[in-house]
Amino acid sequence: MTKKIKNNKFLSPGHNACAGCGQLSAAQAVMRGLNKDVIIANATGCLEVTTTAYPQSSWGLPWIHSLFENAAAVASGILAALAQKGDTKTKVIVQAGDGGTYDIGLGLISGMWERGENILYVCYDTEAYSNTGIQASGATPYGASTTTTPDGNASVGSTQRKKDMLAIALAHGVNYAAQSTAGFPDDITAKVKAALAVDGPSYLQILAPCIPGWKINNDEAVLMGKLAVATGLYPLLEYRNGKLSASSITVASRKVAVSEYLKNQGRFRHLKNKEIKIIQKLADDNLKKYRL
Amino acid sequence: MNNKKQILEGSRAIALAIKNISPAVISAYPITPQTHIVEDLAKFKADGEANYEYRRAESEFAAASIVLGASATGARVYSATSSQGLLLMTEVVYNIAGLRLPVVMTCANRAVSGPINIWNDHSDVMSIRDAGWIQLFAADHQEAVNQHILAYKLAEKLKLPVMVNVDGFILTHSYEPVLIPTGQKIKKYLPTYRPSDGTYLNPKNPVTLGAFFTPDDYLETREALHNDLRNSLETIKKEYQVFQRAFRAESANDRNHKNDNGLWTYYGPAKPKTLLIAMGSAVGTLREAIKSNPTVGVLKIKVYRPFPAAEIATVMARAKNIAVIEKAVSLGQAGPLYSDIKAGLKPTAIKNLNIKNYIVGLGGRDFTQKMIAAIIRDLPRKNEIIKFIGKI
Ligand SMILES: Cc1ncc(C[n+]2csc(CCOP(=O)(O)OP(=O)(O)O)c2C)c(N)n1
Repeated sequence: MTKKIKNNKFLSPGHNACAGCGQLSAAQAVMRGLNKDVIIANATGCLEVTTTAYPQSSWGLPWIHSLFENAAAVASGILAALAQKGDTKTKVIVQAGDGGTYDIGLGLISGMWERGENILYVCYDTEAYSNTGIQASGATPYGASTTTTPDGNASVGSTQRKKDMLAIALAHGVNYAAQSTAGFPDDITAKVKAALAVDGPSYLQILAPCIPGWKINNDEAVLMGKLAVATGLYPLLEYRNGKLSASSITVASRKVAVSEYLKNQGRFRHLKNKEIKIIQKLADDNLKKYRL
Repeated sequence: MNNKKQILEGSRAIALAIKNISPAVISAYPITPQTHIVEDLAKFKADGEANYEYRRAESEFAAASIVLGASATGARVYSATSSQGLLLMTEVVYNIAGLRLPVVMTCANRAVSGPINIWNDHSDVMSIRDAGWIQLFAADHQEAVNQHILAYKLAEKLKLPVMVNVDGFILTHSYEPVLIPTGQKIKKYLPTYRPSDGTYLNPKNPVTLGAFFTPDDYLETREALHNDLRNSLETIKKEYQVFQRAFRAESANDRNHKNDNGLWTYYGPAKPKTLLIAMGSAVGTLREAIKSNPTVGVLKIKVYRPFPAAEIATVMARAKNIAVIEKAVSLGQAGPLYSDIKAGLKPTAIKNLNIKNYIVGLGGRDFTQKMIAAIIRDLPRKNEIIKFIGKI
């Protein structure tokens, strides 16, 4: 039984994203959580490039793109201007990729959170710089082959561990922090609504499978989003006021081996048992860490 | 109360002017010698004397981005910086102009690193001269105050950002008598900022700002920005007249000056043998020097971008020997003002004029009467065209 989802006019089709793009379908789910009183500040990246090729735009909400690393500060400025106008109704939302979030924009995000502003920050985590050709970012997981961490006779791909951005958000005392994946659009929508209902800063990070980046088929983004959760590598999580309030990992969690997730992705195809074990350990650790 | 001169520190004079201009959003990050301006503005807010939102930023890059976001939401904004701060802002500075946002910012001009040096020169602003901002240069406290008020008028009318350059320490930390127009008086000249519908972020009329431009459209938008900036010369001249009428006392120093067209002011004889061209506070030092030298004239350039090349050329035609004296150098080329002036001259003018370039005052080196005398002596000699005037 398939439920027909009606997209709203905040993000129209006709954009230039790849067929089956996980980020665009996640963005649709975000849009379904909004009403029209919203202003969006978007970082440079796939979402921006594919939706605003002048003179066209997919956006039906007030939307601004300034630079790669400053969307958080631009959002602070928008909020300050709204405050001066006495507008407390309009919500301000940032959208950025993992590169704009984990790496180049991190200082500005920290500044925004310090200021305690009522802004929802949405990170679409493709686990690489998708827009510039799949270079590694601070969100790239161990073992992934990217164009700047290629696998080879002397390389397993990325040797870094994925940075724990959620923990960084929580360390800033954000009132709401959550994690979801493109495999669970309704979960995304629900979390957007929950975040907007909270007063103060909120952070939502969404795993967004990238067709060319992950070297998956264009009908597999949702499947990968589901497997990421089922393996425990990328659980659905929600923190309210610093406390874990919802998690896809429960005592009854069925454990799917990480190899199920890794084997369909070209970026992990080179991995041997030894590396797969390391990744399995990461998933196992998550099962303990995030069990509700 | 009104129209009473106060002896004020330059930074305080600027801060008071900004308070009376009443921007909606201010954001800044501290850097010497800009600090006193933003500290004063924070204190006005803390004392309940000002209504603006004051956002503390964690870097200049963020401060510039915050005022960018606020300006895109239709608010009047202000920021100030210096030196490394401006360089750190560079990407945002370009973006603000490209987005056609009427941001006004003060640059308390300071040298750039390395080696690190906190004192005055114009290296900082020269690094972003091509960004698409109107660049004003103030020579004294009153001119700094006036230019900030004018800056908002120009920015909001032309949809172009404006930077007001004030020499770090020399203006920001010194005391002079100055008139600060009241908020009421400013408001008559500079009405509340109301951007037109569909040009700013507003849920009632959603627009996309900062779209992605392909080779099909990019060139034309840059051409349009260039043309608008060029054409703004006429608006600046006109608005300067309007300003002078609205602020008679504040512009008494310049008013009725035959040789002031808003873009430059000329001081000296009708036909000078020698013409000294400069920007900013160095002009005050030059004017002192020519008091005892009736054959020398001084040309103060107040608007550096858009560059009033043709207007400057008409003054240059009156002289024979011309010294372009500046506090910056495009390393490996020449002083940027000198290059701009030469680029704007007709070939015949270049042939008939002896123009030389003197780089002075870098990193806060005092610019002295002795140096000026040396420059005037050196000018007619046939030797190097570009010279650094250091210890004399
Ligand atoms: C200062 C700066 N450095 C580099 C770039 C080039 N750049 C544009 S988008 C991008 C990658 C974006 O990656 P991410 O934030 O992960 O978003 P995605 O494209 O994956 O959605 C890079 C490196 C830039 N625009 N600005």
